[in-house]
Amino acid sequence: MSTATTSPTTAMLRTESRLMLREPGAMFWIVLFPTILLSILGAIPTFREPDEALGGIRVIDLYVPIAVLLSAIMASLMSMPTIISGYRENQVLRRYATTPAKPTQILMAQWVLHGAGILVGSLLAMAVGRIVFDVALPGAPLAYLGIFVLVVLANLSTGGLISGLAPSTKASAAIGTVVFFPSMFTSGVWLPVTVLPGLLGDIVALTPNGAAALALDEAAAGRTPELLHVVVLLVWTVGLGSLAARYFRWE
Amino acid sequence: MTTTSAPAIEVRGLRKTYGPVVAVDRVDLTVSEGEIFGVLGPNGSGKSTTVECIAGLRRPDAGTIRVLGLHPEKDRDALKRTVGVQLQSAGLQPKLRVREALDLFASFYDDPRDPVELAERLGLAERMDHPWRKLSGGQQQRLAIALALVGRPRVALLDELSTGLDPASRREVWKLVEEVRAEGTTILLVTHLMEEAQHLCDRIALVQQGRILVADTPDGLISRTAAPLVMSFGTELPLDTTLLADVAGVADVMERAGRLHVACDDSAVLSVLDRLRDAGVRPERLRISESSLDEAYLDLMTDADEKETVR
Repeated sequence: MSTATTSPTTAMLRTESRLMLREPGAMFWIVLFPTILLSILGAIPTFREPDEALGGIRVIDLYVPIAVLLSAIMASLMSMPTIISGYRENQVLRRYATTPAKPTQILMAQWVLHGAGILVGSLLAMAVGRIVFDVALPGAPLAYLGIFVLVVLANLSTGGLISGLAPSTKASAAIGTVVFFPSMFTSGVWLPVTVLPGLLGDIVALTPNGAAALALDEAAAGRTPELLHVVVLLVWTVGLGSLAARYFRWE
Repeated sequence: MTTTSAPAIEVRGLRKTYGPVVAVDRVDLTVSEGEIFGVLGPNGSGKSTTVECIAGLRRPDAGTIRVLGLHPEKDRDALKRTVGVQLQSAGLQPKLRVREALDLFASFYDDPRDPVELAERLGLAERMDHPWRKLSGGQQQRLAIALALVGRPRVALLDELSTGLDPASRREVWKLVEEVRAEGTTILLVTHLMEEAQHLCDRIALVQQGRILVADTPDGLISRTAAPLVMSFGTELPLDTTLLADVAGVADVMERAGRLHVACDDSAVLSVLDRLRDAGVRPERLRISESSLDEAYLDLMTDADEKETVR
């Protein structure tokens, strides 16, 4: 039996995490899939050879940051918007608005849990990268962590914005999917951002995941990320965050 | 906390519009502590909007609301600790189980009821491990009632208390509501079931088009009606209801399930029979009964309709 000793915030977080663990699909795509993709690519021998075109590093080295971004994209675009839209559509948020819990606590729980899922997915990718494919851990860990936090917030804000703009849960899922593919492209899932040619590369470098991919590569190699990438990412994070807050609807 | 003389719920001049639609128009309500107060009216008459304003879910355009002396918006946190709400339309997380929902809601309050006992009372004991989305409509409804009452609220707002419940669980819910009241909880009940209102409520407000027509005890409402009797009978052939409408003392004629129901006063009974005989109609299985709240309701509603058209 429960007692009044736990705060509503804790109780909501516990409840929502329990519910999230009941969605094996979401957990698979956020936590496991990026590492599975990393492992498949790592199984290709040439990806494990230093490449002159990449300045002497290996393709697999670039794919650890990409796996991190992929986890963030999966959580933010495929999982979270439909959950939040569903809570609104099924009037779950309204129900909690009449209790001592606040509906913002459910939303916070969703952000925290998806953020945690991304963190676990990213740590798994980095661990498998390190142990199986000998990918060095980030050379500039603090910069890496800073970029990680920013890009996770930028993506979660995109997800929040989608659930705010979409009229229904179905629309949320549809818009999420539409945004999902360019996000995968710009984070370098098909072709790492550093090898994108000319104008295309310049444009991708101005997207949140593109800038983050480049900044993570630099931090992984132990360099301080270029100011431009950090500024681009920061502008996106703040902009998307305020739009998500601006367009959020309870009902 | 509050003085005993203060009403549990006080609504003055409440008005709420959605665009051009006036949902609630100058509603006044006073519910005393420990009372079961019913709000009765047709769909779209503003009942739920009124409840949602009292619960602090909607901001009124005009008017004042106090619940136990608290302002629904300014004293929101204090209000939410003392008021239990069952909303007409509200869901839970699809995979949240009955037991988890009850425990979660119980954890929100200082002195909750025992969730297991409450679930047993509401026939949910067998369903404790079912997720919300797999419950039937009636089970979801009973869970909603349990969640509204689990925190031992001083005031409970119950919107469409027994909609979707079978007669047996309805009785069980009524018994629970009466017990909860006996423990001191004030209850505001929205319903469109006359039987429920008559059975449970100390006082009833009839609402129509966002306004309160009348608020009185169930007996008081019945005695207000101009037609304390109901004659009901079947006819071999369909009968034009206007035939009886102008008989002196007849308040209302309506057809229901192939039978005519004539609401009238004592003096009209024989005149109605005369009129039928003149028209060559034999009333079959004629019954004359005292008017119920049902008839009083229809009578008062139609009266208001007529006044509306005259204006």
